[in-house]
Amino acid sequence: MIEFLADVGSWFLDNWDGKAGYLNRTWEHLQVSGAAMLVAVGVGVPLGAYFGHTGKGGLVVVSIVNIGRALPSFGILALSLPITIEIAKVVPFIDSGLGFLPTWVALVALALPPIFTNTYTAVRGVDPETVEAARGMGITEWRVLRDIELPIASPVVLAGIRLSAVQVVATATLGALVAYGGLGRYIIDGFSTQDDVQIFAGALLVAALSVLTEVTFATVERRVVPRGLRLASEDEVSTPPVVAAPA
Amino acid sequence: MILAQSDRFFRWDWVFSHLDDIWDKVVEHVVLTGLALGFGLVISLALALAGLRFRRTLGPITWVTGTLYTIPSLALFAFLVPITGISLLTAEIGLVSYTLLILIRNIVAGIDGVDPGVKEAAIGMGYSRRRLFLEIELPLALPVIIAGIRIAAVTTVGLVTITALVGQGGLGFFILNGLTRFFNTEIIIGTVLSVVLAVVIDAILVATEWVLTPWQRRKAAQA
Repeated sequence: MIEFLADVGSWFLDNWDGKAGYLNRTWEHLQVSGAAMLVAVGVGVPLGAYFGHTGKGGLVVVSIVNIGRALPSFGILALSLPITIEIAKVVPFIDSGLGFLPTWVALVALALPPIFTNTYTAVRGVDPETVEAARGMGITEWRVLRDIELPIASPVVLAGIRLSAVQVVATATLGALVAYGGLGRYIIDGFSTQDDVQIFAGALLVAALSVLTEVTFATVERRVVPRGLRLASEDEVSTPPVVAAPA
Repeated sequence: MILAQSDRFFRWDWVFSHLDDIWDKVVEHVVLTGLALGFGLVISLALALAGLRFRRTLGPITWVTGTLYTIPSLALFAFLVPITGISLLTAEIGLVSYTLLILIRNIVAGIDGVDPGVKEAAIGMGYSRRRLFLEIELPLALPVIIAGIRIAAVTTVGLVTITALVGQGGLGFFILNGLTRFFNTEIIIGTVLSVVLAVVIDAILVATEWVLTPWQRRKAAQA
């Protein structure tokens, strides 16, 4: 046991450098996760805010939540591979449907539903009297959304983004299965070469990065959300609209 | 050429010639899910009861199960492989871990949510602590508890596919196989059937709740 942990320790000393080193693998991991979150937030928040503000599409949201929960992330990743391979055949400047592209597509598909639905439910759930009062003061619909609804909805919106981010970082690990880099490489390669030290080291890195993501987003959340609007207590059983599935 | 056979996007002939294999994997998937939910429920009940009895332990219990929940499944399986190998045990330890947070939360919330007046009345009628729990609190908490089981069940069905990487997998076997062979049909079959399975299990749980809580039906009928 102690010998094993010593091996893991020396693995960390020997493998930090170069393309297959864990500094670069962490960077790859963050690149694809970040790129996916950028699109998911950029599309999910405006869409959720629009539908939430107008009150359209309630049924669509419920369906997305239910299907999203039942879709296995592994399946989404596997399904995006044939799709991106087809895309790569058609689009000239994409030279490979492997690696980054399928991982990214899968992560976007995974991150969008919780962000969209949280934004939708939060904006939708703003007290109608507050919104009426704002309208009564004669401000435009756009400003109702920007100055009233979105700030009040922000705790839940940000919680959705945090849940998605953690799930994205977790699932990016599976990118190794479609020939992407990232920290999953160590685990997947370790499985096939039965290298327990590498598997364990990879697992440590992935777990650390996930927990770090959770902590980072939770900190930002605390800074950004206006004091009067903080969710009563995260540990209270008042269930948030969407609990992200573990990935 | 392996690639040649994937000319068509989906091949029904493959499905029809592999019905036996597909059925085997569906059964395996159900067994893996059932085991995880069964053990998860037993452990969660014990921990939730401990948390309800000794309130101070509730924080640490939530913290530990919450941290387990944050760790990516592949990493959790990877931690276990050096210890328990590529085995059913590895898969189940991982799967059970992910059910705990939701189940404990809902059991605690359900029992906490029982009307104090009702409890008061039962105690006044001379109910022992044990009977109070078994005959009053647990039945009244059932809707919330079953809501937790539904979330845990649907989540577990999805996670089972990942256990293909540690030699189990149920329908995940097809996803992994299709991925390594570039064979779409297997990927689609594995994913779609996994979703169908989740929906079916969810429906069964809804029906179970309907059967187990007749008083709720009456309430709904009156309303």
